Amino acid sequence: MSTLTIRSLRKNYGTVEVLKGIDLEAQNGEFVALVGPSGCGKSTLLAMIAGLETVTSGEIRIDGRLVNAVAPKDRDIAMVFQSYALYPTMTVRENITFGMESRRVPKPQQDEAVKRVAAFLQIEPLLGRKPGQLSGGQRQRVAMGRALVRDPKLFLFDEPLSNLDAKLRVDMRTEIKKLHHRVGKTTVYVTHDQVEAMTLASRIAVMHQGSVQQFDEPAMIYNRPANMFVAGFMGSPAMNFLPAELGEEGGRPTVALSTADGKTVGLPIVQTLPSDTPRQLVLGIRPEHIYRFDPDLQRRKPGIAQIDAMVELVEPTGAETMAVLRLGAKEITGRFDPDSTPRMGETVTLGIDMARACLFDPTTQRLI
Amino acid sequence: MVDAALDRSLDHRAATVTARRHLLTRLVIYGLLVVFAAIYLVPLLVVVLNSFRDQQEIARNGLISLPRSFRLEAWSQAWSTYCIGGTCEGMQRNFYNSLKMTIPATIISTTVGAMNGYILSKWRFKGSEALFTLMLLGVFIPGQISLMPWAFILGNLGLSNSTYGLIVIHVIQGISFTTLFCRNYYVSIPDDLIKAARIDGAGFWRIFRKIILPLSSPILIVTVIWQFTGIWNEYLFGVVFTSGQQQPITAALVALTASGTNVRAYDVMSAAVLIGALPPLLIYLFGGKYFVRGLTQGAIK
Amino acid sequence: MSNHDLILSVPAPARPWRERLGSAVPLLVLGPSLVASLVYVFVFTGWTLYISLSNSSLLPSYDFVGLENYASLWANRRWNIAYNNLFLFSGFYIVGSMAVGLLLAILIDQRVRGEAVWRTIFLYPLAVSFIVTGTVWSWLYNPTDGIQAMVRGLGWTNFSFALASDRHHAIYAVIITGVWQSSGFAMALFLAGLRSVDSDLVKAAQIDGASTFRIYRKVLLPTIAPIFLAVAVIQIQFAIKTFDLVAALTKGGPGISTTFPAIYVYDLMFQRGQIGEGAAAAIMMLAALAVVLVPYSFWVVWRRRKEAGHG
Ligand SMILES: Nc1ncnc2c1ncn2[C@@H]1O[C@H](COP(=O)(O)OP(=O)(O)O)[C@@H](O)[C@H]1O
Ligand SMILES: [Mg+2]
Repeated sequence: MSTLTIRSLRKNYGTVEVLKGIDLEAQNGEFVALVGPSGCGKSTLLAMIAGLETVTSGEIRIDGRLVNAVAPKDRDIAMVFQSYALYPTMTVRENITFGMESRRVPKPQQDEAVKRVAAFLQIEPLLGRKPGQLSGGQRQRVAMGRALVRDPKLFLFDEPLSNLDAKLRVDMRTEIKKLHHRVGKTTVYVTHDQVEAMTLASRIAVMHQGSVQQFDEPAMIYNRPANMFVAGFMGSPAMNFLPAELGEEGGRPTVALSTADGKTVGLPIVQTLPSDTPRQLVLGIRPEHIYRFDPDLQRRKPGIAQIDAMVELVEPTGAETMAVLRLGAKEITGRFDPDSTPRMGETVTLGIDMARACLFDPTTQRLI
Repeated sequence: MVDAALDRSLDHRAATVTARRHLLTRLVIYGLLVVFAAIYLVPLLVVVLNSFRDQQEIARNGLISLPRSFRLEAWSQAWSTYCIGGTCEGMQRNFYNSLKMTIPATIISTTVGAMNGYILSKWRFKGSEALFTLMLLGVFIPGQISLMPWAFILGNLGLSNSTYGLIVIHVIQGISFTTLFCRNYYVSIPDDLIKAARIDGAGFWRIFRKIILPLSSPILIVTVIWQFTGIWNEYLFGVVFTSGQQQPITAALVALTASGTNVRAYDVMSAAVLIGALPPLLIYLFGGKYFVRGLTQGAIK
Repeated sequence: MSNHDLILSVPAPARPWRERLGSAVPLLVLGPSLVASLVYVFVFTGWTLYISLSNSSLLPSYDFVGLENYASLWANRRWNIAYNNLFLFSGFYIVGSMAVGLLLAILIDQRVRGEAVWRTIFLYPLAVSFIVTGTVWSWLYNPTDGIQAMVRGLGWTNFSFALASDRHHAIYAVIITGVWQSSGFAMALFLAGLRSVDSDLVKAAQIDGASTFRIYRKVLLPTIAPIFLAVAVIQIQFAIKTFDLVAALTKGGPGISTTFPAIYVYDLMFQRGQIGEGAAAAIMMLAALAVVLVPYSFWVVWRRRKEAGHG
């Protein structure tokens, strides 16, 4: 049983406010990802949870106990750093036992623990080596071993995969997920990579400029982003934003877009709008919700709306093809099946899945 | 066919021209190096050779000439019997004075510098950067500024004309340097290591002993060599605050070379000069490589 | 494996008073040497400054006499010569040792054989004291025993090399000796700088068809510009504080031609018992140092700001 609760946490460096009232919680065994662009305060928040940075105001509770003033070693946490922070002059074994020695754990017990963790992470052959003699992936494993051996209440990861090359990163991501399933510890995981956050976390906190923009399950973050920042940050290629106006066709509300030939096209809105919906809107559509229109599609997906666009550029990636499409004055990106990719220069009729579209208020940037 | 052959021979000609120019460049490079090496080595060679030559012979043939005699007496004279200003004990006492001064002062100032550098880089507190900058000013203060205050303080502590007084001076003077060197080096050790160790439950001393110290040898070598040679070679404080039998070797050397009557005993003076130069030279010969490496790694930034 | 297998120990409950003591340890360790350093820097300087404004002669006294000591200092011909010498010496010494050091560094940088040997040869004078260097070179400059005697002995009987015994040129003897002593240090720093330049930069310049000379002039040397400044600042400090070199080499002579402020301070304080004026001379040395170091430190701060701004 271990939980983490953070209430209106603030951090100032001098006059600079780095964290502006963070509220966050992790249930027992939960995997919470903190994601956001570089410099938004993720590492600072994690360091405060670890006790490495002082708290300006607010509360941090681990298992309900207020730990604001508790030293890092007494918080019962373990942390994996982006740089791994392996002690360069010690062997892998010494790296793993360093914490236990600091806490005066008897020698036989230490050996036992090293053996167990080394077997668990399959790093037995590395125990006698120094960090300098290890590859990036091996260092990463050792760093996890050092955290694991503590058996803490809380695991903290600060961008543990960002120093690995692309392929290894995907492998280690899977490993971390498996590890979490097996150990089942409450985990806070910092990353700037939204894919990592989506794949690993049970809940994601999207941060921007020192505050949490949205804290929710991955599917909610992706499908119902709380604001334009979250919508734009999560997902690659990013969500398309189109300025539009609220209109009406046949008694049903529409978003009116201007197309390439200067005409205005109304796309029917599927959701029910609140009464105070502004006239000016921003329509957000993810690239994968843009199709090549055909009547069959409309039968399968009732929310499909038609609109014409010019194909400006086509970028095949193999599994799918991205196309840059001109819609009036705006360029949008669509994601197509390689079999139905439009050709460059062609004018296509697009089918936009309005059931999956998001509408934002351009002044508050919030989801409507 | 013909064209191709012509091309090739032209290529060949060009190649030989390039090769010849290359050879010429190499000759110039090595020539210059040899000339400079000679300029650097001749003074050393002259002193070494003269320390084994006969004084008569030096007087006859001048300082710079090939030796025609070989004797070791000059060394033993310089070490234990030559007269400087009335006492005829050679340099040995001054040599020991210098050792007694240099070794403790080096050890103490290096230890303090390492601790200070550790704190100022890894345990920063509000205002620590400012304090460090103020401390740094000590590097720039000319010794002449501190002469009067030191005279007063040493007098009050009863440490005038004693090696201990010089130790105090060199430690306090040296702290600015050693702190600067160590701090600049320790800054480059990632803070994450310290954070990881704190989570692992290590405190101030344990982090220093187990993590910082094992990483410190490059900078400790630099600091020790810098301090040792600096303190051993220092003259101003030695000549101002000590006299006679208490003087360090630099002051004694000046006294010895100045005490020359009409005939200068170049043989003994050469040996004395070498005795005075030997400890830092040896340290440098063994540690010079690490010194330069460490100096450029962290100290000069 | 169940997660219970990994449980090892439960941390002991925190003891606040010990923790509070623990957090004070860095300050307690730093404290004494910090105080000593600050006293050394500020109290000593202030003290000497005060003495320079007093009528101290044989013993310190604290009767304030304003700038009298400074006035009498600057009225003295010997001091003026000393101060001029300081600037003359500093200029030639710094430029000279940097030029020789740079030349040696570039020579060694040409992938020469036995690099370590050359480096050791050029650097060893650094380990030797100015006293030793000065003593030995005073012998070499000595017309009857040194270089002049040797060359004449080779048959060139009217050869003349009496730099150190000629009052118009003795200062150059000091400069040459100083350059001999410290150009190796400059070489070491320049060499390290050259080696630290990203080798891709040189490769790119080679592909652009630049000659070795141009690569040094346009690519390498501009890149290591900060090292030039660092070397200059270190050398300036040597130059201003130098007491030993002159003491061993020329003793300020012939006559007063190679007097330096450092020598003059010593004479005033300990030979002539004019502590007040000696302190004034010491403060003038500090002023000379400040003229160089204050702009330098502003430059360093400015550069750091700029870098931080870009980062
Ligand atoms: N010690 C510090 N002093 C001043 N500002 C800091 C300090 N540490 C971090 N910051 C600032 O706080 C902000 C958040 O930093 P950080 O938590 O490292 O961001 P992230 O990990 O999300 O990239 C950054 O703008 C950074 O410049
Ligand atoms: Mg970060």
